Amino acid sequence: MSQASGKLDRMRLEQPISVLKTRYVPGRWDVIAFILVFGLFAYLGATAHALTGSLAHLEAQPVSLDPRYLPGYAAQTALRMLVAMVASLLFTFTYATLAAKSRRAASVLVPLLDILQSVPILGFSITIVFFLSLTPGRVAGAELAAIFLVFTSQAWNMAFSFYHSLRSIPDELDEAARAFQLGPWMRFWRLEVPFAMPALIWNMMMSMSGGWFFVVAAEAISVGHTTVTLPGVGSYIALAIQERSLAAIGWAIAAMFVVILIYDQLLFRPLTASADWFRLEQEAGLMPSRSWALTMMRRSRLLGFGQSLFGSAIQLGFNRGAAPKPTPPRAAASAARGRLVDVAWYSAVAAIVALGAWRIGRLVMEHIPLAEVGHVFGLGFLTLLRVVVLIALASVIWVPIGVHIGMRPRLARTVQPIAQFLAAFPVNLLFPIVVSGIVVLKLNPNIWLSPLMILGTQWYILFNVIVGASSLSADLRYVGENLGVRGWLWWRRIALPAVFPFYVTGAITASGGSWNASIVAEVANWGSKHLTAAGLGEYIADATSAGDFPRTVLGIAVMSLFVVVLNRLVWRPLYERAERKFRVS
Amino acid sequence: MNANALALNLPPLLDARGVCKSFRKPDGDELVVLDNVNLTLRPGEIVGLLGRSGSGKSTLLRLIAGLDDPTSGVVDYQGTPVAGPAHGISMVFQSFALFPWLTVLQNVQLGLEALRLPEAEIRKRSLQAIDLIGLDGFESAYPRELSGGMRQRVGFARALVVHPNILLMDEPFSALDVLTAETLRNDFLDLWGEGQLPIRSVLLVTHNIEEAVQMCDRLLIFSTNPGRVVSEIPIDLPQPRSPLDPRFRALVERVYVEMTARPRGEHRAGAKSERFAGTGIGTSLIHVSSNLLQGLIEAVSEPPYNGKADLPAIAQALQLEADELFPAADALQMLRFAEVEGGDIRLTEAGLAFTRSETDERKHLFARHLLTYVPLAAHIRRVLDERSSHTAPKSRFFDELEDYMAEEAAERTLRTIISWGRYAEAFAYDDQRQIFSLENPA
Ligand SMILES: Nc1ncnc2c1ncn2[C@@H]1O[C@H](COP(=O)(O)OP(=O)(O)OP(=O)(O)O)[C@@H](O)[C@H]1O
Ligand SMILES: [Mg+2]
Repeated sequence: MSQASGKLDRMRLEQPISVLKTRYVPGRWDVIAFILVFGLFAYLGATAHALTGSLAHLEAQPVSLDPRYLPGYAAQTALRMLVAMVASLLFTFTYATLAAKSRRAASVLVPLLDILQSVPILGFSITIVFFLSLTPGRVAGAELAAIFLVFTSQAWNMAFSFYHSLRSIPDELDEAARAFQLGPWMRFWRLEVPFAMPALIWNMMMSMSGGWFFVVAAEAISVGHTTVTLPGVGSYIALAIQERSLAAIGWAIAAMFVVILIYDQLLFRPLTASADWFRLEQEAGLMPSRSWALTMMRRSRLLGFGQSLFGSAIQLGFNRGAAPKPTPPRAAASAARGRLVDVAWYSAVAAIVALGAWRIGRLVMEHIPLAEVGHVFGLGFLTLLRVVVLIALASVIWVPIGVHIGMRPRLARTVQPIAQFLAAFPVNLLFPIVVSGIVVLKLNPNIWLSPLMILGTQWYILFNVIVGASSLSADLRYVGENLGVRGWLWWRRIALPAVFPFYVTGAITASGGSWNASIVAEVANWGSKHLTAAGLGEYIADATSAGDFPRTVLGIAVMSLFVVVLNRLVWRPLYERAERKFRVS
Repeated sequence: MNANALALNLPPLLDARGVCKSFRKPDGDELVVLDNVNLTLRPGEIVGLLGRSGSGKSTLLRLIAGLDDPTSGVVDYQGTPVAGPAHGISMVFQSFALFPWLTVLQNVQLGLEALRLPEAEIRKRSLQAIDLIGLDGFESAYPRELSGGMRQRVGFARALVVHPNILLMDEPFSALDVLTAETLRNDFLDLWGEGQLPIRSVLLVTHNIEEAVQMCDRLLIFSTNPGRVVSEIPIDLPQPRSPLDPRFRALVERVYVEMTARPRGEHRAGAKSERFAGTGIGTSLIHVSSNLLQGLIEAVSEPPYNGKADLPAIAQALQLEADELFPAADALQMLRFAEVEGGDIRLTEAGLAFTRSETDERKHLFARHLLTYVPLAAHIRRVLDERSSHTAPKSRFFDELEDYMAEEAAERTLRTIISWGRYAEAFAYDDQRQIFSLENPA
């Protein structure tokens, strides 16, 4: 500072940085960016056009297994998922913000989110009829329904993650933001969103995988008598299964792979790479991501222009209106009135809940004998048994492998995207193999259909264990070597405790996903062959396809109950224990 | 400095009168943190706040910054009461509190953007502040790329760029290493002396007594439980001040004496444990490791001190800051191993006996004193003895403590008693199951 004294005058003579870089010279990255940007426009235009036709027109052009149509289908599916992702983001930003800012709103919104998260995604197909009725005879309604289904598989965990981040903003950053009088809009973009970004991106990636998993169900919609098939990879797969075309399944896998790869390269890679800049501290062991797309965005003036446009749009919000008024202190006098509002609010909530409970009770009781309700709970325990056994099996397999991979950073870098791809792999694609296997070998479907449940979700265990093992500090590893800790002792004292909290996170995700997947996995079709495994998933799947509304509701309610209770009684305590036990200091 | 004399004639920038702040404890009682605090800040002066950990210095700063409201009393800034964060008061944080996703320039610009100044103006003023504070060349760096000292420079630039009248600093140098802190401190004083800083007065919280004497025109000493200004020490040495100057040393000594003075109405030596609000088991403890206790007791017993040492001297010898030294000295006093008064620490008979003993004997002695003089330890031990299982959950004691103190303080107090109890082998504690017990792990 002292050496800088007296430079003030010189400073005034210098040009501001913004004026300095005025000459525009297109570079290599600009060419790539140009092609990508206008390719995107062309694609959006063409695909969006296809989404707005009439239903009759759609039925006149049924989905074809000819691979030539597949790129078009893939494009439409990808667009649906993108729209659903944008919707999920908007939902996340509003819902979670509301829940984090208002105590009263939180008392309803947070438990609601907890339940929504546990509702099996296919349960939301009840809403399809509603969407179809919005635009009778047009595709738009069906599209909305499909997008909504994908949305329901993406939004909840994103909102949860954002809510959690908002609640855990470090005190000192919060105070700095308040001391410098950031307005709500500026606070949101300058503090809250960047802080929440790393966790949110991770959840977006998981959501995307979840979305793929259910895109088959979302595009080939059938509820009772209503059947709409939207052109897309999902309906292509459904048709391939119906017609027992192995070749078509192969093409579908290839198409999916390409779309996932494009999403990874153009969306998630750049996001994760830039999220590394948002992290509060450099976390040891986590591999810094690299992304050519991000490099392009940083280097290309063209995209830089777009970026600064977005920045300016946000900035406009900063600058709007007069200078901020200091926030008035919460008046103590209004405490009594606050309590009154509290009473009114909670009574209203209680009334609505009571009404809802009564409606559900009546709906179920009128149509379903009490004995069947008991039976459904029994089916729930069957599925629970599957989930527990499968999670245990997956843990035994993937924890050691994950630890091995995590200790080798280069290997980890290769495996990470593969695991991500596998997590997005719709289980339906394996029906041909599994169903044929079971039929040919005359196996018991009650047992052998079960592995399908965990096929897509086991990767979360692997993924988290890898992260855990790679964040084990080098020092701890050296100490282990130095003391000659080897074999079982090494696993027991060093490796397993180190990855335990990460494992629990992965297992929670895997368990939730498996419940969801049971609806697809307990009922497997391959052409005319129809295999079922007794369980809650099968009950819901049957009820849905029969258009039996009360039974669908019952099945979904019971499954939600199982998931919530399991979370409360097992996973959450385990998670808290892991956190407490392993924090240092 | 005659800036002081000049300042006396100007109306105060900030005037806090009768400020009280209390927090509600879980049991519904009030925890009084600040009690009737008066403070004025006049243009042109740097005022220092000194006090034990937990005496409410940060709380007072937050009230002045408008981040919280006083329970009673008023804080007037330029004649109007502070209600919410005010223009013209800005803050430098101990932990820097930089936004890691913003560059240096963006961090500095933040406060101006919030004021909605024209963009050109924002850029001009930010670049000036960056340059002034010695950060030029680092505009586009992210905080994580900077060293601690450079980060705090960003903190300063961000606070200065809004041209505040009052700069609040909460231990701004304590997260930095000694040399870096000194450089930054001197740079700050240079700019202040040359009148280059766009600020009119400074309120500085610190634990470092030398730093306070070095920088401030006036020091306010806080008492603990509840926080109150117990004395005011004017410092009229001319700048730059040399720490070796005898007048400087005398002032440091005086601060130590003030900070170890007993509050009125307390006569009995070693009555420390009854000195706090809520006697007996409700005494809140500050964490001091048994290692530090032993280190201090040994250092005092050895030559050249031979059982009686000047606190500033021992602080320097052990490289301890006041916020570590005072709690350790207090703990020794509570355990009747030492007496602290008038800026000195003197070992008692028991303290001297402790230094002469072997490890096992030390532990016995420590255990005896712990169970005799620290009511909470005695209480825990009694409960464990009485129960047939000889175990008790932590929550049992935690709930009891919460009647007397805030959750955070209860947690800290239990942590302290656990570590002392473990050293003394008076009782054992299983962190995983959160259970106290009598048996020692085999
Ligand atoms: N929001 C709060 N709720 C309850 N108690 C609080 C809160 N903030 C502070 N306290 C209590 O007020 C007391 C004073 O805290 P404060 O941080 O102001 O002390 P301090 O003098 O700055 O201490 P240090 O020197 O350690 O920074 C502490 O006992 C603390 O536990
Ligand atoms: Mg403090």
